[in-house]
Amino acid sequence: MYEVRLHGRGGQGTVLAATILAAAIIAEEKFAVAIPSFGFERRGAPVAAYLRMDTREIRRMTNIYRPDCIICIDPTVFRSIDIFGGIRAGATLVQATGRTIEELARPQAVSTVGLCDAVSIALALFGRAITNTIMLGAFARTTGLVSLGALQRALEESEFRDAGLEQNMRALQRGHDETVVHRFSSEAAA
Amino acid sequence: MSAAAPARRFLVCDGNEAAALAVALARVDMVAVYPITPQSSLVEYLAKYIADGRLQAELVNAEGEHSVLSVLQGAALAGARTFTATSGPGLAFMFEPYLRTPGMRLPIVMSIVTRDTLTPQSVWGGHQDAMSVRDVGWVQMYCETVQEVLDTVIIAYRVAERHDVMLPVNVCHDGNYLSYGTARIEPPDQNVVDTFLGTPDVNWHVALDPERPMAVDPLTGGAGGAGPAMFVRYRRGQCAGMRDALDAIREAHEEWGRLTGRHHAPLIERYRMDDAEFSIVTLGSMTGAAKDAIDEARERGRRVGLVKVKTFRPFPAAAIAEALRGHGAFGVVDRSVDFAWNCGPLYREVLTSLHGITPAAPSQSFIGGLAGADLTVEHFESVIDTVGQLQNAGARDTVWLNAQD
Repeated sequence: MYEVRLHGRGGQGTVLAATILAAAIIAEEKFAVAIPSFGFERRGAPVAAYLRMDTREIRRMTNIYRPDCIICIDPTVFRSIDIFGGIRAGATLVQATGRTIEELARPQAVSTVGLCDAVSIALALFGRAITNTIMLGAFARTTGLVSLGALQRALEESEFRDAGLEQNMRALQRGHDETVVHRFSSEAAA
Repeated sequence: MSAAAPARRFLVCDGNEAAALAVALARVDMVAVYPITPQSSLVEYLAKYIADGRLQAELVNAEGEHSVLSVLQGAALAGARTFTATSGPGLAFMFEPYLRTPGMRLPIVMSIVTRDTLTPQSVWGGHQDAMSVRDVGWVQMYCETVQEVLDTVIIAYRVAERHDVMLPVNVCHDGNYLSYGTARIEPPDQNVVDTFLGTPDVNWHVALDPERPMAVDPLTGGAGGAGPAMFVRYRRGQCAGMRDALDAIREAHEEWGRLTGRHHAPLIERYRMDDAEFSIVTLGSMTGAAKDAIDEARERGRRVGLVKVKTFRPFPAAAIAEALRGHGAFGVVDRSVDFAWNCGPLYREVLTSLHGITPAAPSQSFIGGLAGADLTVEHFESVIDTVGQLQNAGARDTVWLNAQD
């Protein structure tokens, strides 16, 4: 079982991203479930969503407390909440940011980091900081756990409120292509 | 993907969408709604299906839940297959027509997207709303998975419309964890559902029909004339319908399994109970995490099993007694509170089912998952540890699982 926690802010599509990712994983004949965290959703407030994937049926419908991977689709939400709470040793971080790896505080448990300047890409494509599909591309690039093709097919099946399918397909591709992956040795992460 | 074995058709959706899909597949004639968290997206899907022409039904967006169910009563009396869904405060506001529906023997199907009740203020999941109306005369089934939500809403129509039942049915699915939990499901083919449900025949016994005028919901009762006997006839009829519903639920699940290959347990599910020396009893979406905890405990050498209650009304007392008898201590995990007995309502029902069986087994009531609180595999590990150590039968204080979360 591989557990992913997504962090973002209301309006960026965090919950939808988890659903699209689940659909893409399932299309590749694995099992996945997605559950949003609950609150009075409003624009700008921190939002989380949970995704589990496995090679066999997933029965637990619960939140995630010990994630293997964090997808953070907002560059500043870490100031409001602890996005790294409970992460496992050797975890992966897929982070929307315009900063370099040297400028980021990396917990020792994180051994793989994918960085993507998702806000710049989103402003260029959508004129707004909607980063969800961009960061799905970044996740595919960083982890290889889902193919770009499966994500593209999942996007085709999705309904978008704020942008069209074509823009989102470009967003997915750019997120994938423009992500820089950094790997750290397990000693350094120990 | 191999060309020889065509992929099975599947969808990825949450429990609310699965329920809406089931309503469309059941070819419901009349839908009345009032949106409320966490049910809202369910009725939004229905509105969309109707707008798109995918579901040929009338939609009334009424001014409140009292009107919602009243609209459906009129529609059912006119012969329509009907559906609505609600949660928590919406169910409370619906209570007056809710009370009348079973007595009028109207086979209305309503999803309760379960939500804890006020007060204090909360918009999150819990079984307290459905549990608060458990003794009104509706059939109530609880779902564990998104697939089971879809299948059970369809099954509910076959149960409700069986002529020896003719009672309204609640299909309960957990607010939050199932309403918004997304998973892979296999929708049945339309012709399978058509075969399974047949043509609606819902007002053969009571109707608003100029061709066969009759008094509907007449004034009866009192202490003289035909009143008392008439009133008793109504009540005994309801009880007979509830009794027969147990068989109807069993038969409908069996037939559904035959047609689709999906065999959901109709009344209760026994999980790893054959050699169990103690067990836990669950209800709803908590069951998945509980089964994972059972498997882990088994790997550590604990002989523990699980009984999931699917049908809560009518209560499958004989099946419960049969499942638990001779298997030692048991713990019951409730997602709601029985204020009269300071325990969980399912716990009390299970105890009642075992009345007279000796020796009495040690037992423990657990309450958790209130108002959206999570019931994790770790919570069930602690439940299993506690139940495994129970020594004697007798009263115990309830364990509140999220008290330290």
